[in-house]
Formats: sequence, structure tokens, C-alpha cells
Amino acid sequence: MDLEEQERIKQTVEANGGADDIVAILGSPDAESAGMFAETVSLGDPTYAGALAGVSLKLPVYHVTEPEIKAVVDPAVYAEQIEMMEIALDTDAIWKAVQGVRARAAG
Amino acid sequence: MAIDLRGKKVIAIGERDGVQGPAIAEAVQSAGAEVLLQITQCFV
Amino acid sequence: MSQVPVVQGVACVLAHVPGLVPLGSKPSRELAKDPALGEAVRGHLRDYRDAVAYGPNQAFIGNLRPQALFDAPQPWWQHPLAEAPRTGPFGEVLPEEEFWGLLKLADDFDLLHLDAAVAAGAAERLRRHPLLGDMDLAKLAGGVAPGAVAAGAAAPGHLALADARGRCVGYAVPGHEEDISQTPHILLENLAAKATGALALRHLLRQTGTAPDRIDYLLGCGEEAVGDRYQRGGGNLAKAMAELAGLPNAGGADVKAFCCAPVHALVLGGALIAAGVQEHAVVVGGGSLAKLGMKFRGALAHDMPILEDCLAAVAIQLGPDDGAGDPRLRLDVVGKHNVAIGGAPRPLYEALVLRPLQRAGLAIPDVDRYAVELHNGEIMEAGGSGNVARTNYRTIASLAVVSGQLPRDRVDAFEREHGMPGYAPTQGHIPAAVPYLAHAREEMRAGAIRRALFVAKGSLFLGKMTNLADGMSVLVEAAS
Repeated sequence: MDLEEQERIKQTVEANGGADDIVAILGSPDAESAGMFAETVSLGDPTYAGALAGVSLKLPVYHVTEPEIKAVVDPAVYAEQIEMMEIALDTDAIWKAVQGVRARAAG
Repeated sequence: MAIDLRGKKVIAIGERDGVQGPAIAEAVQSAGAEVLLQITQCFV
Repeated sequence: MSQVPVVQGVACVLAHVPGLVPLGSKPSRELAKDPALGEAVRGHLRDYRDAVAYGPNQAFIGNLRPQALFDAPQPWWQHPLAEAPRTGPFGEVLPEEEFWGLLKLADDFDLLHLDAAVAAGAAERLRRHPLLGDMDLAKLAGGVAPGAVAAGAAAPGHLALADARGRCVGYAVPGHEEDISQTPHILLENLAAKATGALALRHLLRQTGTAPDRIDYLLGCGEEAVGDRYQRGGGNLAKAMAELAGLPNAGGADVKAFCCAPVHALVLGGALIAAGVQEHAVVVGGGSLAKLGMKFRGALAHDMPILEDCLAAVAIQLGPDDGAGDPRLRLDVVGKHNVAIGGAPRPLYEALVLRPLQRAGLAIPDVDRYAVELHNGEIMEAGGSGNVARTNYRTIASLAVVSGQLPRDRVDAFEREHGMPGYAPTQGHIPAAVPYLAHAREEMRAGAIRRALFVAKGSLFLGKMTNLADGMSVLVEAAS
């Protein structure tokens, strides 16, 4: 993830007084970037390059197309903002990547 | 595992050719969340 | 509409500049933090022969169709083509030794100081270049003596230039002591865009046979920023390119819209012709120094060559329909991204694809080819960025599905049936749809395809003035 974005995320969490109640939601187009970003905001920057290198924010992280998110989004809003990309993106691979990070973060 | 976004704060990290930041923000706001930060990455 | 604008020619050129890779935005920032990386970077640069024989580069200059790359053995970089000429119907791959000379020819303010031997060598080669030999090569006489060039390159505030092996070839100086918008790096970036744009213009005129004095107006569409401390983005690099290329009757302006600019410029250029304001308009985008080596980390991690080692430029000539069989710009089938659409993908693609086609009585599958973000997929994937061309094709197919125009089980095949692999160098605005116009024109003139939709996006949010992205599209259709 871009170094400056990592810094912005870190500062946002700090300004919030910590990670409580914060959830990260991703719109990544593929599994590799989804997994990388998921890891960066939960376990820490895996490339060890940015502000979140070695910093585990432990944010719960989901891809916006995951069923857990779809279940709570207003259906009309979902249809307009997200639905088409469910077909376009390789959601199986993306979900697997993000779920894998959640599992590791929980363990 | 179900998640309840009502009252939660969201950091939305979108990508221009995936799902963009503003779209994620609209979606989670409709679910009752507050958006703390919205980013759209450009991979190109 | 009084005149139907047609596409009279498209030039696509590359300059192979491995020596400039360390000066790309990402490499230069990373090398500043960790100079030891320099050796690894230099150890992963490609030589000229490999760059020319690289399938996607041959497709870029027109020696094979991008669709042919679907079935070419992959990774492409490991399978150089046996037949790989330096030139093709759309342009050429200019070697670095000649590029230094072209860069100096573009320099009217002594911003660049070349080693005398490098300058002389470039002059000798450019003298024999069929399209550049008539340029003012006297500018390359002189140059700096070897001892002085090393000192100049090392002087504070100067920017050293080196070739692929790391040997000093010269240096760039600031434009003004107090001007952060005229650092040597920025000026070099602008010179590189100007030089490659002019090269594309020369190839364009060779292709169309139009006399240089018949070109009326240039629309620049690059992402460089030409200006000074009072007007940082003043622009009109198009005019500077016109001057360097020798177009005496050309005026021009730059169209600024991040990577979406080329398609905006195509529509604007077409409109000028349709309205009879200009007769021959040219859209021109120069190469991006900043994008060189952008994903170099991925290349090093995969122990593959840094494939982002070429500047790429495109020039498109538009004119009134003279019955010569050139494809038409359908200015009645144009899509744009409106503010109210925000970031929502379905309204965005409806605006860029579905509704413009509907106005022409067409459905999504009626278009033979879509040209989208055509960034080389091999480079994108090595950098962990995903295959943007494929994603775009799947997105258009998904729109067709939700609009009832395509069965869901045809989404996977859409990329092959209506698209192509991403093959253009990752040079920002250059891969945004327009390189394929060169191929589309040939295919349409040959009767192989009828319609192609050019769909580009722009990342306006990167400028931090809006969270919005941008989009623009236009249909190109074969002459009836």
C-alpha cells in the first residue's frame, strides 16, 4: 500500500483514540492486492516499507463484496454502488485472500 | 460471521478500477456506519 | 455537423531509456533512501535488443496485433520475438544513444549538458535517421569535456544523467534558483515528454503524408507540468512539440485530465474539425519519465527485468472525411463521467458505455473491440497491481449482463471476443485506450472490424482536489 496512505490510516486510527469500533473495508480489484492491503491494516505492512511496517492495527478487514457486508448494506445502494463489480471481480479468490488474513489475525 | 456496521467507523480503501472509495463510503453509510477515512488507490 | 472527423493516422513510438529508470519517480525516491539498491536496479535493466524483441513493444509499434499476444508464450519477456524490427507501421523503438541527442535537440535553454562524446555519437546516428536527420544537429556540437562533465554532474543542485551501465552522460541544471517547479528533475521530465512527442509527430506525418505546414492545431494530452513558480501548470507543451517537429502553421493547447486526457483530446479535436474550426488537428501525448520503473520492486522480487524502461508517445491525426476510407469519430456516441455519478461503477459504465451505444441503437456486444486501460498485464501483475485491462473487460461484460445484453456465462470470454491483452507500456496517459486506435484504423480499413469503443478513466483524486475519478469514451467506426 502506498506509504502515504499507510500514514493517513495510522493517523486516523490514532486520532480516533485507537482501533475500537473501526472496520476497514476494501475495494481492491484482485486477490493479491486485497490480501496485501488486508494484511497491512491488520497485521502490519508485509513489505516493511511504510508507516504500518511492524505496526499491527488489528483492524477487522473485509472486502466490500463479501457476503457479511452485502448483508447489512441497503439493497438499493448495493445495487448501484457495488453489485456489478461482484460479477466483474474474481470474488472467490478475493474473499479467500481476505478471509485468510482475518484467520491469521485472529490466531 | 455476521457483522453489524451500525455505529461502527469505517476506513474505506478503494481502487479506481475495482470499487472506488466513494462507492464503499455510500455502501457502509447505508448500513449505519460513519466513514472516518476514504481513500481511492490508483494502481496504474 | 458540417464535417465528419476521420482518423487519418496514428503514430506510436518508444524510446528505450534504461539509463533513466533510476530517475523514475518511485526508483528515485527509493534510491535516495537506500542507495545500495542502485546496483540491483542496474542489474535488472534490459538491453536494447531485448526491448525491441519484446512482444508487447512490437505490438505497440504495429508489427503485430495486440490480440496475437493472447496466444504468444508467456511470460512475454522470456520469449523474445525472432522477427523484431526497430521500426513498424506506427513508429519505432529509439535507442538510448539517440535519445540523448533528441533530448538535447528539445532543449532551448541549456538545461541539459551532455558529454561531448555522447553528443557527437548521438549527432552521428541522428544524421542518418530518416525522420530526424534534418533537425538542427549543430546543437549537438560542443558538449562538455569528460573531466568537466563529472564535475558538473556532481555539483550541488545538478542532476546527474547516466546510461544503463551507470556511466555519466551529462547532467541537468535547475531552471531558476528559487523555483521548485523548475528543478532539473522536473525540467528533464518535460524535455523527455517534448522530445518523444516530437518523435511521434515526425512518424505521424511520414505515415499520413500530410505536409507539415498543413497541420493547424495540436492538442497535448500528457500529464507533465510545464510552468514556473508563478504558473506551475501553464502548459502548452503541444506548441513546443509542434515547433520541434517543424509544424509552422500549428497552434495548440494542452488538455489536462490525468490519464483520461487523450480521449478527451480526441473528442475535442474531432469537434474542432466537425465545426470547421480547424482542418487538421493532432492529438499528441509525450512519454512519462516519472512512470519509469514504477513497479521496479516487483521486478526485483521476481528476479525479472525492469520492463518499465521505455518512454512511450502517441500522436493522432484527425481531418475532415475526404473519402479516403479512414474510420470516423462518432461524435454522437460519446460518454463522459458526470460529477453526480460519484464513484458508483454501474452509473459510471452506463454513462461511458451503455447509454452512448444505446443512442446509436447499439448493444454492448455489437461493438467489435473495446479499448480500455491497456497497461501491460505482465508489468501490472509483477507489481501486485492486478491486470487492469482484464478487470475493465470484465466490468464492461458485467454491465452487459446486468443490462440483459449478455448471458452471465459469457463474461469470461468477453476479454478475448471483444478485447485484447494489456500491451502498452505503463506510461500513465499513453496506455489509456488510444494506442489501439492505430490498430483499429488498419483493421477498419481492411474491413476486419466495424466498430471500436475507446474507454478511458482518469485518477483525478491523486491531485487531492476531488475524490472523483474521471472517464471519457468515444466510438470509432469504419468508413461505410
